[in-house]
Amino acid sequence: MTEKPRLSKLKLLIVSLLTFTLLLANTASVFASDPVSDTEHEAEPFNPSETIVHHVLDDHIWHFFDGHYGTLYLPVIVYSSEKGFDVFSSKNFYDDHHNMVEYKGYSLEHGLHLVGDGHGEHGEAGFLLDLSITKNVATLLLNALILFLVFRAVARGYKKNHGKAPKGIQAVFEPIVIYLRDDVIKPNIGKDYEKYLPYLLTLFFFILFGNIIGLLPGAANMTGNIAVTLVMALFTFIITNVKGNKGYWGHIFLAPGVPVALKPLIILVEIIGIFTKPISLTVRLFVAITAGHIVMLSLISLAFIFGSVAVGAASSLIVLFINLIEILVAGIQAYVFTMFSALYIGLATADHDEHH
Amino acid sequence: MELLTPGSGLIIWQAIIFLALILLLRKYAWGPIISSLKEREVGIEESLAAAEQAKNEMASLKSDNEKLLKEARLERDAMLKEALTTANKIKEDAKEETTKITSKMIEDAKATIENEKRAALADVKTQVAMLSLEITEKLVRKQLGSEKEQKALVDEYVKDLNLN
Repeated sequence: MTEKPRLSKLKLLIVSLLTFTLLLANTASVFASDPVSDTEHEAEPFNPSETIVHHVLDDHIWHFFDGHYGTLYLPVIVYSSEKGFDVFSSKNFYDDHHNMVEYKGYSLEHGLHLVGDGHGEHGEAGFLLDLSITKNVATLLLNALILFLVFRAVARGYKKNHGKAPKGIQAVFEPIVIYLRDDVIKPNIGKDYEKYLPYLLTLFFFILFGNIIGLLPGAANMTGNIAVTLVMALFTFIITNVKGNKGYWGHIFLAPGVPVALKPLIILVEIIGIFTKPISLTVRLFVAITAGHIVMLSLISLAFIFGSVAVGAASSLIVLFINLIEILVAGIQAYVFTMFSALYIGLATADHDEHH
Repeated sequence: MELLTPGSGLIIWQAIIFLALILLLRKYAWGPIISSLKEREVGIEESLAAAEQAKNEMASLKSDNEKLLKEARLERDAMLKEALTTANKIKEDAKEETTKITSKMIEDAKATIENEKRAALADVKTQVAMLSLEITEKLVRKQLGSEKEQKALVDEYVKDLNLN
C-alpha cells in the first residue's frame, strides 16, 4: 500500500519532466526550423507573418530541423487533366541548395500547380488534383495509426483482464470512454445512442490525439486545418440529415407553432440552420487550434523581431504557459466537437414529443 | 487566404482515413470495449441485485426465525401454564380426595367405635344385669330367709311405688 503512492509520484515527476522537456524542445524546434536561420535567408529582413502562416499551413515536405537530414521529403501524388497521374518525391522540387525548382512541368511555389497556369490558381488552365501525402496527410495517417494501436491495446485489455479491474492503458482510457458515453453522448442522443458511439468516440479521440500531436515539436497543424475539420463536420452533417426523423424535418419545413405569416421566414432560417451547424463545427475547431499555434509562433517571433536573447527568454516562458493552455484547449475542443455532434444527432433523431 | 481554403486532396485523404478509422476502431476497439463495459455493468448490477435479494432473504429468514422462536416461547409458556394448572388441579383433587377419604375413614371409625361401644355397653349391661341378678339372688336368698325380712322388702317396694 505504501509503495503505490510513491510510484505514482515518481510517475508524475517523470511525466512532468517529459512534458517540460517537450515544451522546451517545441520552442527550440520552432527556433531551429525557422527559415530565417537558413543561411540563404539570413540577409533578408524577418517577416513574421509569412513565417507563421508557413508553419500553420500544409506542406509537401516535412521540415523538422535544418541540415541535411532535417527534412522529410514526402511523396507527391498528382492528377491533372493534361498530364494524368504522376507520383514522385517532393525532393525533386528542391535543388542542392534548398532552392525551389520546377519538375515535370509542376511547380510547388504557393501550392502544387502546373507551370504557366496563372500561379497557383488551381483548375484555371485545367483540372488538377493534388493527392500528395502532405505533412497533414502524413500526420493524419500517423494519428490514425496511433489511435488504432492505442485502442486495440485497450480492447485487448478487456479480453485479458476479463472480469477483473482495468489495468494499464485500459485504465487510462476507460474513464474517458465512460464519461463520454454517459455524460456526453447518452444525454444528448437518448436511447439510440449506442449506434453512434463508434463514430463519436472516434471523433473525440481523433481530435484529441490530433490536437496533442499538433503541439509536438515539428508536427503539422493537422486539426487546425480547415479541410480536416470540414470533413469531420461533414460526417456529422451527413449523419444528422440521413438519420433525421419526421420530427426533425417537420420542425424545419412546417415550423409548428409559428404564425402563418412568419412561416416562410422561419423556414428559411431553419434551412440556413442546417448548414450553419457544420460550418460552426468546422470553423470552431480550425480557429481554436490555428489561433493557438499563431499565438505561440507570434510570441517566438518577437525574439527575432527584437533580435534579443532576453526577449526570447521571456517569450519562451510565455509560450511555455500558452503551450499548457493549448493542451487544455486540445481536450476542450475535442469535447466540444463531440458534444455538439452528439447534440445535433440527438436533435435530429429525438422523438417528436421530446423535441418541444 | 490559403489558410481558409480547404485543399481538395486533404479533404479526400481525411475522408478516406477518417472513415477507415471509424470502421476499424468500431470493429477492433469500440465494439469489444463497449460490450465489455456493458457486460461488466450488467454483471455489477446483477450482483448488487443478488446481494440485495440475499439481504432480503436473510432478513425474512431472521424474522421467520424470530417468529418461530416467539411461537415456541409462547407455546412453552402455554404448556407450562397448562402443566401448572393440571398439577394444581391434581394436587387440589388429591387433597379433596384425601380429605374425603379421611373424613369417611374417621366417620367409619366413629361408627365402628360407636357400635363397639354400644356392643360393649350392652355386654356390660348384660354382665351387670347378670351380676346384679346373681348378687340379688344371693342377697335375696340370704335376706329372704325369714318372713319378716320378706315383708319388709315388700313394704319397701310398696313405699317406692307410692313415691313414684
